Parts: sequence; structure tokens; C-alpha cells
Amino acid sequence: MMGDRPSPPRAMSSAATTAPSVDKVDGFSRKSVRKAKQKRSQSSSQFRSQGKPIELTPLPLLKDVPASEQPELFLKKLQQCCTVFDFMDTLSDLKMKEYKRSTLNELVDYVTVSRGYLTEQAYPEVVKMVSHNIFRTLPPSDSNEFDPEEDEPTLEASWPHLQLVYEFFIRFLESQEFQPSIAKKYIDQKFVLQLLELFDSEDPRERDYLKTVLHRIYGKFLGLRAFIRKQINNIFLRFVYETEHFNGVAELLEILGSIINGFALPLKAEHKQFLVKVLIPLHTVRSLSLFHAQLAYCIVQFLEKDPTLTEPVIRGLLKFWPKTCSQKEVMFLGELEEILDVIEPTQFVKIQEPLFKQISRCVSSPHFQVAERALYYWNNEYIMSLIEENSSVILPIMFASLYRISKEHWNPAIVALVYNVLKAFMEMNSTLFDELTATYKSDRQREKKKEKEREELWKKLEDLELKRGLRSDGIIPT
Amino acid sequence: MAGADGDDSLYPIAVLIDELRNEDVQLRLNSIKKLSTIALALGVERTRTELLPFLTDTIYDEDEVLLALAEQLGNFTMLVGGPEYVHCLLPPLESLATVEETVVRDKAVESLRKISQEHSPVDLEVHFEPLVKRLASGDWFTSRTSACGLFSVCYPRVSSTVKAEIRQHFRTLCSDDTPMVRRAAASKLGEFAKVLELEYVKSDIISLFTALASDEQDSVRLLAVEACVSIATLLPQEDLETLVMPTLRQAAEDKSWRVRYMVADKFSELQKAVGPEITKNDLVPAFQNLLKDCEAEVRAAAANKVKEFCENLPEDNREQIIMTHILPCVKELVSDTNQHVKSALASVIMGLSTILGKDNTIEHLLPLFLAQLKDECPEVRLNIISNLDCVNEVIGIRQLSQSLLPAIVELAEDAKWRVRLAIIEYMPLLAGQLGVEFFDEKLNTLCMAWLIDHVYAIREAATCNLMKLVEKFGAEWAQNTIVPKVLGMANDPNYLHRMTTLFCINALSKACGQEITTKQMLPVVLKMSNDQVANVRFNVAKSLQKIGPILDSNALQTEVKPVLEKLASDTDMDVKYFAQEAISGFKEMMSCVIPHPPDCCALSWSVMERGQISCKLLLITVPHPN
Repeated sequence: MMGDRPSPPRAMSSAATTAPSVDKVDGFSRKSVRKAKQKRSQSSSQFRSQGKPIELTPLPLLKDVPASEQPELFLKKLQQCCTVFDFMDTLSDLKMKEYKRSTLNELVDYVTVSRGYLTEQAYPEVVKMVSHNIFRTLPPSDSNEFDPEEDEPTLEASWPHLQLVYEFFIRFLESQEFQPSIAKKYIDQKFVLQLLELFDSEDPRERDYLKTVLHRIYGKFLGLRAFIRKQINNIFLRFVYETEHFNGVAELLEILGSIINGFALPLKAEHKQFLVKVLIPLHTVRSLSLFHAQLAYCIVQFLEKDPTLTEPVIRGLLKFWPKTCSQKEVMFLGELEEILDVIEPTQFVKIQEPLFKQISRCVSSPHFQVAERALYYWNNEYIMSLIEENSSVILPIMFASLYRISKEHWNPAIVALVYNVLKAFMEMNSTLFDELTATYKSDRQREKKKEKEREELWKKLEDLELKRGLRSDGIIPT
Repeated sequence: MAGADGDDSLYPIAVLIDELRNEDVQLRLNSIKKLSTIALALGVERTRTELLPFLTDTIYDEDEVLLALAEQLGNFTMLVGGPEYVHCLLPPLESLATVEETVVRDKAVESLRKISQEHSPVDLEVHFEPLVKRLASGDWFTSRTSACGLFSVCYPRVSSTVKAEIRQHFRTLCSDDTPMVRRAAASKLGEFAKVLELEYVKSDIISLFTALASDEQDSVRLLAVEACVSIATLLPQEDLETLVMPTLRQAAEDKSWRVRYMVADKFSELQKAVGPEITKNDLVPAFQNLLKDCEAEVRAAAANKVKEFCENLPEDNREQIIMTHILPCVKELVSDTNQHVKSALASVIMGLSTILGKDNTIEHLLPLFLAQLKDECPEVRLNIISNLDCVNEVIGIRQLSQSLLPAIVELAEDAKWRVRLAIIEYMPLLAGQLGVEFFDEKLNTLCMAWLIDHVYAIREAATCNLMKLVEKFGAEWAQNTIVPKVLGMANDPNYLHRMTTLFCINALSKACGQEITTKQMLPVVLKMSNDQVANVRFNVAKSLQKIGPILDSNALQTEVKPVLEKLASDTDMDVKYFAQEAISGFKEMMSCVIPHPPDCCALSWSVMERGQISCKLLLITVPHPN
């Protein structure tokens, strides 16, 4: 079942034999070097599936029997397709695998073109066939530190069948004859829960199909909507606070993007809570880059629906602002610009102070990509107009950093950008600008003095602690 | 306490609170970490009436600050006036226990657990237990999750009516509709069971356990397996079969590999908890299945437990069970397709020899050891070699030596330096077991080759290794086999190799004794003081300081001192520095304080750090010798 795991031993021994012992290559293999291996694939974790060869009795083609017999034959074919094959063993059951593939193909065509095939008895059989094939425990991930940007995803070995099952299921859901009122007996909460778990699949092709399936189910089964949202909530919370591992976050967010779009106004408390307590914390996850575009889209959707959410959203982003990861910082700045693009001036005023304190920190980042991304805001006409309207507040916040960078930043491109920004400020509000320039030095000194006072305060406090410690042993917890 | 200090007025709370509100997160964090100092400055009274309310009200901050706060408050009892007032700490900790960030919440719960012990039984019921109830019925999942960790600390100390309430709350949380809460409850189930009266364990806990163990989410089910150990320990033997075993059997056959993994991982604990009879009838077949599981993760976890499981089998038919049930599975695992499985097995398989005795080991286990010694994966081989001592006791290592040697040689030249490092660390052990002749004949060259490895950590370990070998085989052996080679490297064109000579001398001088050090090593060291590379020269100074205590005072005065003085006026500032260090070290020594020589590893580290700094300079002045 597990033949195709990545094989460091092989790679290692070959390195050992080719390299002479004195001039050894060190073991710090680069990821890009390591990658030069065969594509990995894996089977689903099917417990106790190995065993005897599988025999299926070939059935006639649906088009070869009279229309009246077709529904009956359709059911039989569905039942046959419940049989699941082991694809990691590439040699076993070849004939039967091929037979199932062609049957599935036939079923896909059949549900697309036929009319009157969807009897009430067919619903449970369809759901059963789909469940048997797609629901499975996903196997352990091969690499603990799977880096989706560098590593090849592990592909699902049984894809030749799985793809057709998904294809069939989507055609079934989209079929004109499909009746949610009958199907809801079989496509229930338990079904949806298992479907959602599959979003963790490492195979991007599978996640893509799942996205469509879930989207159709959300659209057609009104009774499942709240449940689906809640379970997605749980998946995200677990992802953020427990495991930091879930492959299908981007896909789920994509679905949510379209769901948020359809929310009725005023927004329900449940939805606001989802925004503040789930979507915003998603920004803290290490692998943010994999779903950031979709996440930012969801956030902006919310703000377009209800502008009063701007303040909590921006405050949330500021709270989780990345401290060490510059790459993430650039993403945050990008998202913030998207938000500023749609912000209402009344909301902007509420949040401008903490916001520009952060922007001022970004502008003076020693990482030039961060500084550059922040300085690009001044190329955005709408943001410029907001800054201009509030220059008396923003300029004092930004001034010190800008002034300092214009003198100190190592990167000439940044210095040039900063000059432009300073120039813009000068044109905006020249009196304030002159004032700030004049007081720059004394302000810095005042800051230094304050810093010194702080230090002295703490020194005094520590002396006190020492004295007390001596006076009454044991009072200070250790 | 509060009245005792007149300097309260010096520190108006506003100033201190300003510190806790500083705009800079780092400063805020520093202030919070010194919260006890602030509280001390305020005195107990004002800490209670002013500081704590402020902290409770302003809990919206970066998680890092909150984490520090949660931790501080756990140690605050004395600062608010002792156990009598400890309940004042509950409000801020309650807020912290509802925060989203898991780390903060866990820390808050930890602090709450800690201060719960400082509550009097009355306070516990009046203040603490209501807090637990509030958390348990909170709207957002975070507070309910936190509540799960608090039940067990207050349960033993409250009245029976309150106990009943607590049990009810726990029951509710076990069937919470948020999986996060169910996971929290499942992970505390064992702990909670331990504080319950046996009748309630049987009536309440078992049904919760059964429900959690068949939860729809495998992440909940696997936590129930953990609880299974505690629960089984609590129950009398005759109840296990009906109350626990059905669930355990089901877990061992769960369709999710994560649950089966957990069973495998906890297998030894489970085995002890259920006792010998159930082990024989149920766990042996279950273990066989886990060893043959379709997922490598499960097989590896089970393989890790092979030795412990066999050891703990009831002695009367242990051998028979192992030979007929376990060994066949083990044999298959030796040629498993997954390297983690093989390597897990290799780390414990040698332990079976002590259990099975000499004859069985030679007949059944030896072929397996030999197969693993030839495995393509270095970790497997390494794990075998690192456990040789178990076999040595039973059959002696010589049985293996023919296969051992190629394995060692290959590992010694592995491309990964960590593998090489690992094998070096086993050298002294191997040398002891194989004996000096075998060593000289086969392994000595390897040990010397490591000294010129291109990875510093390997050269360092090789040096340490030589020292241990000398300690084992004696100074005479060193003089004949190692010392000439080491000293020969002093003329190597590569300055790194010349430095290795010095490091070896540092390590070996003590074991070799005064005679060898003075007559053979010292001249070489002194000669190297003229080296053109500054790193070598300052290491000469360090070496002289190191071997000084071993030399006689005559050599020190007539030979070492002049050289150090010369080095002290070197052009390189690092050389000067270390020469002066050495000189002042000797002065101290002469005044009868014998400095304890630092161990060789610590020394080498500092060498490396400084060496790296001046190497940069060297690259400019001295072309890299080749």
C-alpha cells in the first residue's frame, strides 16, 4: 500500500557511493535539489482492504437495453461501482479496474443526457456509491514540513476512478431532474461532515472537485447551510489554534467568498462573529501565503456589505501584525490597501491613528520590500485623498520615521520614494511640515529624556524589590 | 505588609500603569514580566484595589503580553496579601481563560489550577467553583475548553452537592457540539476520572468514555484512547472486560489510522493497565494486527513498543507468546518498505535478546540483526549499532563483528555529517566491546580520518573520541598509535588541520600524563607559536594554558613563559588577548590556585566562536592554504 513514499535512503546511499570519502558532500540538501524525484502518489488509508482479487460480472451497456429496463440497470451499475480497488498495487485487478472505469464513464454520460432516469430509488444508491468511493480516511502526510510552495503535492493514486465519481456526482447534482427535497434524506449532515474532511486532501485536483460539489450542495440544500458554515468555522478554528495543518483552506475560503456575497443585510451576529473570531485570526497562520488572496477577498466582501465592520477588522489586523516574517508583512500591507480602497471616509477617521502608526513602522522597516510596499500607498489616489483630508493627524505620526529614513535607509530606491512622500506632505500642509521639521530635534531629545526617566523608574523599582526581598524573605515569588 | 512601606506615594499608580500601557509592545511586555515588582511597589492593598481591576478591565492586548500576564498571576498570591485574598486574582485570570489563543488560555488555566490549591475550601466554593461554572456555560467555545481543565482541581475539595453539579457540567461538555470542546473534555477525561469516587467512575465516566471513543471525529476518538489508560487503572479487574474492553477493541480496529496509531503509541501503558490475563487474550492479537497495519505510521509506533510489550508479558508463557506470535511479525518488519518502521524496530529489537536468552538469540534474532546491519537506510544500521550493549551481554559482540565492520565503515563515511557524528559517539563503546586488537586493526584509521573531516562538529567529536579511547586503552597505547599521527598533523598545509592538533593535545594531555605531554606534545605546541595564521597562534596560547597544569614548573618557566611573552606582543589582537589570558592564568596557578581545566567541548566552542571572527580577517591577509 505504501510503496511510493519519498525515499531518502536511496538518495543518500547513492550520494555516499558517488562521493569519495574525503571530499564529502554535506548533508544539508537544498529542497530544490531534493525535489528531483519521481512524482509521489498515495492511496487512501483503507483499513483491511487488501485481499482477494475482485470479480465483477460485466453488465450490458445502458444504451443497449430498452428504456424501461434502464433504471433497473442503472441501479445495478451503481452497486457495482461501490467496489473500491487498490491503486497502489498497479498490477492487481487490471481488467476489473478498466471495467469500472468504463462503467463510470458510461454513468457520467448517462446522467448528463438521459431523462427520467432519476427514480426515487436511485437517490440512496447514488449517494451510497459516491460515499463508498470518496469517503475515506486520508493517509498520513508524507512530509511533516510539507511546504506547498516548494514540494510537489502527493497525488491520489485512485484518481482514474475518483475523478469520474466526482464528475458523476456533480452532473447528478446539476441535473435538471435532481430534486433536493428527496436527496436531503441522503445528503445529510453526516454526509457533509465527511465531505468537509476530504478538503484536507493533498491532491489539488480532488480539492477542486470538492469545491464545486460543496458549492452546489450549499446552493441546493437550504437546510444544510447553517451547518456547513458552522463546520467550516470549526475546521478553521482547529487549523488556526490547534494543528496549523489543513490543505483545503483556500478552497473553503473561495466558497465562503461567494457565500458572503449573498448574505442579507443587516448582517447576522453569527456572520460578524465569523469575521472577527475566525477570518481575522486566520491571518496568524504560518502558511498564510497559500490562501491569502482568498482570505483578503472574503474580508473585503464583508466590508463592502457593512462598512461599520472596518474598525474591528483593521484593529484585528494590527493586533496580528507579523513581527518577524517580512513576506507576511507585505501580504498584510497588500490586504490593507485593498481595504483602504473601499473604506468610507467616516470609518477612516476612526482608525487612522493606530493604522498610520503601523504604516510608519513599515515604512521604516529595514526590509526594503516591506518599506516599498508601504510607500506605494502614496501612489494610490484614493488613499492620497484620505491622507490629505486628515494630514494634520497623519503627518505628525509619519514625520519622524520619514525624516529619519530619508537620511539613514540603506536602499537608495526607498530613500527616493520617501523624498517623494515628504514632498507630497510638504505640498499638502506646509505650515505643519515646517513646524515638524523645526521641532524634530527637540522632539527626539524629549523622547530620549523620557526613555531615561523610564529606566530610572525601573531601577528604583528594582532597588525597592531588592530591599523588600531582604526585609521579608520569601515574599517575592520565584 | 501595605502599611510597612512609606514610599507608596513615590509610585503613583498612574506612572506604573503608563508603563503597562506603553505603545511599544516590547516595553509593555517587559513591564508585564516585572509585574511583581510593580505590585510590590504598590503594596498588597493597592495591588488588590487598583492594579488588579486595571488588569481585568484592559485585557485586550497582543497575545504575547497576555501570556506573560497569565503566567505572572499564577505567582501572585503573596503579592495580594496571601491565601486569604487569593480570590482577587480570579477575575483577570477568568478573562484570560476565554482568550482565543491556545497558549494564553492554557497558561491561564495552569495559573488557575495553581492558585486553586491556595483557596480555602470555603473560598473554593464561594469564588472558584462559580468561576468554573461560568466558564463551562460560556457562549464561545474558548471558555468551555478552559473549564475542562479546572474540574479536577476543585472536585475533591467541595461538598457533595457541588460535586454533583461539577459532574453534570463535565457531562455536558463531553457532548458539546463544538469538536474543540469535546477534544478538551476527552483529553481531561482520565484526569477527571482519577478524582471521582469509584461508583461515579462506573456510572458516569464509562458512558462518557464510550461516547467519546465513538465520536464522529477521529481527533476526539484518539484522545479517548489516552483516557482509557487512566480509567482501566482505576477499575477493579473484574469490571474491565465489560466496561473498557469493548471500546478498546474497537479503537484498535478503528478505521482511522490516527486512532490506531494512538493505540499503538499507548500500548505499554494499556498493557499495564489491563493486566496479564486480558493482555494474553486480547492485546497479543491486537498487537499483531498493529504490527501488520496498512499504515506505516501505525506499524512504526507499534514497532517502537515491541521490546516493552514483550518485557511486560506474563512470565509464565512469555517466551511462547513471543516465539509464536510476535517474532513472526517482527521478522516481516525487518524487510518493511518503510524506513521509519525499520528504524523504529532497530532501536528496540536488540532488547529482545535479554528476554529470549542466548540460544533463541543466536538462532532467531541474530539473522535479523545482521539483516538490519546491512539495511540501505543508515538510521537503521545506526540504531542497531547504538544498542549493541544489550546483545553483548547475552551472546557477546564477536558474533556480529564480521557484519559490524562494513556497517561501521559505511556509516563513518556517510554523506550526512549527523550520521557520522552519531557513529563517532559510539566508538568508545564499540572499542571497549571489541577489544584493542580488533580496534587497532580495523577502526583506528577511521578515528584518525575523522580528525580531518571538513565539518567542524565532526573534528570536535573526533577529538573527544580520542580522549575517551585513551582513557580506555591507556597512555602507552596512545603513545604508540595516536600521538605520532596527531602531532604529524602539525605540519599540515591546512591551518584547520594544524589547529586540530592543538585541540587534540588539549583533550589528550591529561589522559596521557606529564611524561608524554612534556616530551612529545609541548615541543610541537611551542613550535606552532610561529605559525603564520593567527588562529593557530592564539590557539597555541590557549593550549599552553590548558596543558600548563600538567607540565612541571621547570618547563613552564624555561619554555612556556618565553613563548607566551612573545605571543603577548603579537601583531594580532586576538593572539595578544589569549596570550595574556594564559599568562595571568599561570600567575594564579603559581599562587597555588589550580584552575580546573574546562572540559574540551566547552573550550572548543569558544575557540570556534572567536575563530570565526578572525577567520574573516585572515581571508584578506593570508591566502587559504591548499
